[in-house]
Amino acid sequence: MGHYLTILVGIILVNNYVLAQFLGICPFLGVSKKLDSAIGMGIAVIFVMLLATAATWPIMGILNYFEIGYLQTIVFILVIAALVQFVEMVMKKFLPALHKSLGVYLPLITTNCAVLGVCISNIDEGYNYLEALVNSLGAGIGFLIAMIIFSGMRRKLEGNTDIPVAFQGVPITMVAAAILSLAFMGFGGLVG
Amino acid sequence: MGNKVSKLAILTKGIIKENPSLVLLLGTCPTLATTSSAINGAGMGISAMAVLICSNIVISLLAKIIPDKVRIPCYIVVIAGFVTLVQFLLQAFVNSLYESLGLFIPLIVVNCIILGRAEMFASKNGVVDSALDGIGMGLGFTLSLTFIGAIRELLGAGTIFGFALPWISEHPMMIIALAPGGFFVYACAIAIVNTIISSNGGKPRDGFGCSSCAMSGSCGTEGCSVDVSKLEKIEIKKGAEA
Repeated sequence: MGHYLTILVGIILVNNYVLAQFLGICPFLGVSKKLDSAIGMGIAVIFVMLLATAATWPIMGILNYFEIGYLQTIVFILVIAALVQFVEMVMKKFLPALHKSLGVYLPLITTNCAVLGVCISNIDEGYNYLEALVNSLGAGIGFLIAMIIFSGMRRKLEGNTDIPVAFQGVPITMVAAAILSLAFMGFGGLVG
Repeated sequence: MGNKVSKLAILTKGIIKENPSLVLLLGTCPTLATTSSAINGAGMGISAMAVLICSNIVISLLAKIIPDKVRIPCYIVVIAGFVTLVQFLLQAFVNSLYESLGLFIPLIVVNCIILGRAEMFASKNGVVDSALDGIGMGLGFTLSLTFIGAIRELLGAGTIFGFALPWISEHPMMIIALAPGGFFVYACAIAIVNTIISSNGGKPRDGFGCSSCAMSGSCGTEGCSVDVSKLEKIEIKKGAEA
C-alpha cells in the first residue's frame, strides 16, 4: 500500500507533470484563464489519462508478444484518439449532463502530450497494471492541482497595470508559471 | 502556386516572421523541456524538422486521396510513422541524445507545429512548396530551441555546446537549467520578440493561440485561438444542439 502511495505523492508533487516535466503545457497555459474551465479541463484530463492507460497497458503486452514493440508510438496515439472519440459519443448518448460539462474538453485532449506521455512513461518505468493506473491517476491529479492554482494566479495578474510593457500578456504568464514551478521544487526529496 | 508566393518567401517565413515557438507560440512543451542545453535543443529541433519535412511531403502527395472526414487520423499515422523512424535513427547513431531527450521523441507525434502545418499548409499546397515550408518552419523551430538552450546552458552550467567557459562555469545558476528557469528564459525570449514585433508596428500575440490545443490543425484558420471565449462558444453551440 505504501508503495502505491509513494508513486501517487511522487507524481503529484515531486514530478508534477506540468511544472517539473513540462508535459501538457499547452492546455495548462491555454485553458487556465477561468477557474471553471481549469477544473473542467483538469477532471477531463484525469479521466482520459486513466482510460488511456487502462487501454494501452494491455495493448503493449500484445505488441511485445508479437515482438512489434517498436510500433508503440503509432498504436498508442491511434488507440487514444479512437478511445476518446468513442467515449465522447457514448457520453453524449447516455450521460448528456456529464457531456455538457466535460465533453467540450475531450476532443482538445485527444492528442495532448501529457496523455500520450503518461502512457509511454508507464511502459518505460516498467510499472505493473495497478501501478500504471495509480501513476496515471496521480499525473492527472497533479495536472488538476496545477491548473487550479495557476488559474488563481492568472486572475491576480489580470487587470494588473504595473507590468512592464514588454512582459504584458504571454511573457508575464510564463514568469508566473516559473514562480509556481519554483514553489513546487520545494517538494523535491519528499519521497525517496 | 496560384497565389504567386515566391519559394524564398515560403522558406524564410517560418524562420523569422512566423517562427513557430517564439512568434506563433506553438510547441511549447518541447520548447521548455528539451532546452536544458544547446545540444538537446538542437537535437530536438532537428528531429522535429526531419519529421516535419517528411510528413509535409507525404501529406501533400496524399492530400487528394485522403477522405476529408478521416484526414486528422491519417495525418497522425503518417507523422507517427516518421517519428518511429527518427526514434530508430537516433537510437542507432546518437544514443546519448536519444537517452537525454527520452520521452520527448515519441511525443513529437503530438507536436502541434507538425499537425498544424499538415492541415494548414501541406494539405493545400504542392510537394515542393510543402517541403520548403517544412524546412523553413523546422529551421525556425531548431534555431529558437538552440538559442534558448544555449542561454540556459550558459547561465545554468557555464558551458556552450559542452565547452566550459572560464569564469562563468565556476559560478553557475543551477536554477536556470531546471524547470523554473525554462519557463523564465522562455518568458524573456518571448518578451524580446514581442518588443521587436511592436517596434515594427506589428501586434504580438496576446493569447496562447493554437498552442492551447494540439488539434490546432483541425480548426483551419491561421489566427485560431482556442481560449476560454471560444470554448464557451463551443459550449453554447453544443447546448443548442442538445
